[in-house]
Amino acid sequence: MTAITLYIFSLKMQAPNVNSHQKAAVAKGVKDEEEGLDTAEGEEWMQGKTLVKPPDQLDLTEAELNEEITRVLKASNPNAPQNVVRYSFKEGCYKPIVFVDQMAIHFELEGNLVHKESDEGRRLMAKQAEVDDGGGVERPDNVAIKAAKREQKLTNQFNFNERASQTLNNTPRDISCQTEPPPRANFSATANQWEIYDFYVEELQRREKSKEKHEGQFLNKEEDKSKKKMIQNDDISQLAKVVKIIERMVNQNIFDDVAQDFMYFEDASDEFRGEKGTLLPLWTFQYDKAKSLSVTALCWNHKYNDLFAVGLGSHEFTQQGGGMLLFYTLKNPSYPEFIFNTASGVMCLDIHEHLSYLVAVGLYDGCVAVYNLKKKTDQPIYNSRASSGKHTSAVMQVKWQKDDLDSNHNFISVSADGRLVSWTLVKHELVFTEIIKLPVIDTIPDDLKDVIPTVGTSLDFHKQKDYSFLVGTEHGKIHKGSKYYSSKFLEKYDAHFMNVTRVKWNPFHPDVFISCGWDWMVKIWDQTMKSPVFTFELKTSVTDVAWAPYSSTVFAAVTTDGKVHVFDLNINKYEALCQQKVVSKKTKLFNIEFNPVHPIIIVGDDRGHVTSLKLSPNLRKKPKVGDALILCIVIEHLNILTLDENVLEPH
Amino acid sequence: MTAEVEETIKRIQSQKGVQGIIIVNAEGIPIKSTLDNSSTVQYAGNVHQLLMKARGMVRDIDPQNDLTFLRVRSKKNEIMIAPGVKTI
Repeated sequence: MTAITLYIFSLKMQAPNVNSHQKAAVAKGVKDEEEGLDTAEGEEWMQGKTLVKPPDQLDLTEAELNEEITRVLKASNPNAPQNVVRYSFKEGCYKPIVFVDQMAIHFELEGNLVHKESDEGRRLMAKQAEVDDGGGVERPDNVAIKAAKREQKLTNQFNFNERASQTLNNTPRDISCQTEPPPRANFSATANQWEIYDFYVEELQRREKSKEKHEGQFLNKEEDKSKKKMIQNDDISQLAKVVKIIERMVNQNIFDDVAQDFMYFEDASDEFRGEKGTLLPLWTFQYDKAKSLSVTALCWNHKYNDLFAVGLGSHEFTQQGGGMLLFYTLKNPSYPEFIFNTASGVMCLDIHEHLSYLVAVGLYDGCVAVYNLKKKTDQPIYNSRASSGKHTSAVMQVKWQKDDLDSNHNFISVSADGRLVSWTLVKHELVFTEIIKLPVIDTIPDDLKDVIPTVGTSLDFHKQKDYSFLVGTEHGKIHKGSKYYSSKFLEKYDAHFMNVTRVKWNPFHPDVFISCGWDWMVKIWDQTMKSPVFTFELKTSVTDVAWAPYSSTVFAAVTTDGKVHVFDLNINKYEALCQQKVVSKKTKLFNIEFNPVHPIIIVGDDRGHVTSLKLSPNLRKKPKVGDALILCIVIEHLNILTLDENVLEPH
Repeated sequence: MTAEVEETIKRIQSQKGVQGIIIVNAEGIPIKSTLDNSSTVQYAGNVHQLLMKARGMVRDIDPQNDLTFLRVRSKKNEIMIAPGVKTI
């Protein structure tokens, strides 16, 4: 369809100040053209009027009115913009466009004329023809026309063809599957400083364990086993430590008054008693399975001052059964901490000075055994049963020695077969070394000398010069020897008439030792002198004597009548400060030991009981001057007075 | 190990003055008791809370420290509480 548009050139009025006359004339002219069909009457009406000046018209002078003004007809569009700028991408700036379209469209009309020869025109004509021949007179024409029509594809102006088909839609189906929900657990915890600390400690331990694993691969199996144990373990067995604490707490409550006495009670009446002192009974330790046994050895532990060892056996030759090794602590008086059963009676024991878990035990049948308290087993870690050097008779005393050159632990034992043997703990066995044989007394005929031994009953090593030792014998002699001389003894003292039950070096004075025996005597010796410095007669056989660890002049002795005698040479050189019966009738006391730290002593009796006693202040007087010095002074003083006065020489 | 612990518990129970023993697990549930059920439950519940508080207090002040035991003495009797050791 072609559009017809009218282009009209428009007149542009240039001069604003226009002569009113001219304007009127122009207006008139225009009017004439437009209203050409108007009657002449209009013209006449216009001429009859005089010139009317609009009130706001400019007043111009005659000269100005007569000015010639030229008017130009242009072909430019007054409405077209003059300063169009377009952005030039090439130069990157706005550039004014010189050529601006000056076309102004005044009128537009869309026409509907179709050319005869064009497609659409022909189509329309055919349609028109069909409509005209609606009567159906010229049917073949109609058919021809229809056929012609059919030949022509009815297409739209874009020649667009659309085909569609519908496929079968599958019925939608919902398939869902439900899984088991993941296991959920509620977790809550607190984060405290100590929980963090615990975690770090565990982490460190784990790392150390893994390091050890790397180093010792063979330990893996053991660790697995222990892990299994931990899983299988009942809750209860983890309580071992806690239950122990509870037991001690309960005992503390039960024996509360005793504990208070132990710590704080000081007998005030000592001030009024002059020199005498008393012994306050504290706890009694007994074990019902040890009822038939008697206490044969006592020893305090040096590291843990409340722990002591009790050896149980029998002194009687005829009544020999099993034996026991018990450990008690003052914190739990009702039950022993450690219990070991031995095949035969324990005759002596010693706890290692530094490694307080090693205990050496001498038995009645001549065996020596070493127990390790750290191990949970009931059996000794070393036993001299199998080895050939075992004593043929009861072992009377064992003493630990310093580690030898190969840093093996070793101890020395003396037994009733007259031999002093040193036992060394090498790896898993005891190696024995004979040190010396006790000399046989002269009364035995020569041919029997090898057969009948001299029974050694007591042994003690010097505190400072630990090669020097003393051995007491059944015949009442005391032999001083040295580890370096294995053939004979250095010195012999005729000490007692009967069995020497104990010899002990003084812990402070290097030359003084004490001995006691069944002949009712307690004698104090100076090793340089053949005869004793002090002699005390107690009314019955003296079974044990011990020096006090806090003073060089205090010692205590026990006798078979159940009495404890405490002496202080600094205060009274002739009689005991305290002679007290501490056990019931007919009970014999066999052992006494001072606690290294606390002011208590323990005594063992033949019923298997151990009684602890507290020393009253009078018995605990610590000398102001140096310890050993006091004893020296005492001895010197005595020597000055008399030499023979208090000496009973046994011959 | 278990036998030793059992024996110790028996010994404690046989001591004069001991009314009963209750063993409680880490969550505060009584495992073993020599008292009747209602008392056990009562004691266990209350003691557990007190123990946690006491332990927390001790460790708060010094994380390297730990509670050894706790005694609660009243007019009529005394309750002794010892917390167990945590194992890995």
